[in-house]
Amino acid sequence: MAVRDYIRERFMPHIWCAGCGHGIVMNNLIRAIEVLGLKKNDIVMVSGIGCSARISGYLDFHTLHTLHGRALAFATGVKLGRPDLHIIVPMGDGDATAIGGNHFIHAARRNIDITAVIMNNHIYGMTGGQYSPLSVYGRMATTAPFGNIDQAFDIVGLAQSAGASFVARTTSYHATSMIKIFQKAITHKGFSVVEVLSQCPTYYGRKNRLGDAVEMMEFFKKNTTPLGSAAKEKNPDLIERGIFVQEDRPEYCAEYKKIIKKAMGEQ
Amino acid sequence: MKSKSKKDQGKDRSHIEIRRDWCKGCGICVAFCPKKVLALDENEKAIIERPDECDQCGLCELRCPDIAIEITTL
Ligand code: SF4
Ligand code: SF4
Ligand code: SF4
Repeated sequence: MAVRDYIRERFMPHIWCAGCGHGIVMNNLIRAIEVLGLKKNDIVMVSGIGCSARISGYLDFHTLHTLHGRALAFATGVKLGRPDLHIIVPMGDGDATAIGGNHFIHAARRNIDITAVIMNNHIYGMTGGQYSPLSVYGRMATTAPFGNIDQAFDIVGLAQSAGASFVARTTSYHATSMIKIFQKAITHKGFSVVEVLSQCPTYYGRKNRLGDAVEMMEFFKKNTTPLGSAAKEKNPDLIERGIFVQEDRPEYCAEYKKIIKKAMGEQ
Repeated sequence: MKSKSKKDQGKDRSHIEIRRDWCKGCGICVAFCPKKVLALDENEKAIIERPDECDQCGLCELRCPDIAIEITTL
């Protein structure tokens, strides 16, 4: 199927700013789904609120645009009801690590078969550039005019320790590896977390004088390195990308099915 | 010459289409095209300036945030 067949063309051009990384994530998510040959009716996309959450409106799958931070709760319900479907949850800083932080750690702990795509742009774009739990220490935001004094979450570390059985990181610059990671995350049986470093040129870029979208992507290119590379040993400041966790662990829906069987047998 | 024959092959077999109504002129495709095929016009829309140089790597298509580029292999 052609990539555009997955898009609700009537809503294009989309609402995101010129150069917004979220568009690149959407683009490559579709391509991963196309390579996997999944049918549109086999996918449910559930999102919350934020620039990132808009993805669900543009894609021609079963889609739910839900409450801020609660996308994973809705997605858990959908998955338990229809374990045969692929559930993808696109999230931003808020949905994943602030208002939705609790849903995130508990979905990971249960290891429910959902793919969470976290677009980390270090800021709240939709509401005007406030700092988020992913804003880097010292960076500017509309609510941190003298610099952010909070420390940012490390999504990979958080997902890993909360129990996610697939954890990866990539960036909007690394399109081809992003597609491969998405393919693996979607087919993985368990809770999959893919952090994508994504640019918000309008707020994070402008507030911090990081340049336009191209310069912000250049930053991802220069300041990241494949997991376990020699470059990281020489320069510990480099951000690693790749697959950090990929393990077979009991999946929640499969465990729940066992409980149903047990309960039925004991009737 | 090996590279030339590859180039000619590419010319016959690929076609780049840019949807001007979707393009927002971010310049990502222009900046990262390894062959410098693309440019922005005076209306800040991407155009194919040097089609013969394209080696069909597909990176512009994958990195466009607006899904405005489509490369078809004929
Ligand atoms: S505000 Fe930032 S995150 Fe939101 S669409 Fe614009 S560039 Fe993207
Ligand atoms: S990357 Fe897409 S939106 Fe940006 S200039 Fe190129 S065609 Fe236009
Ligand atoms: S396919 Fe590759 S070489 Fe051709 S225009 Fe796109 S980025 Fe440039």
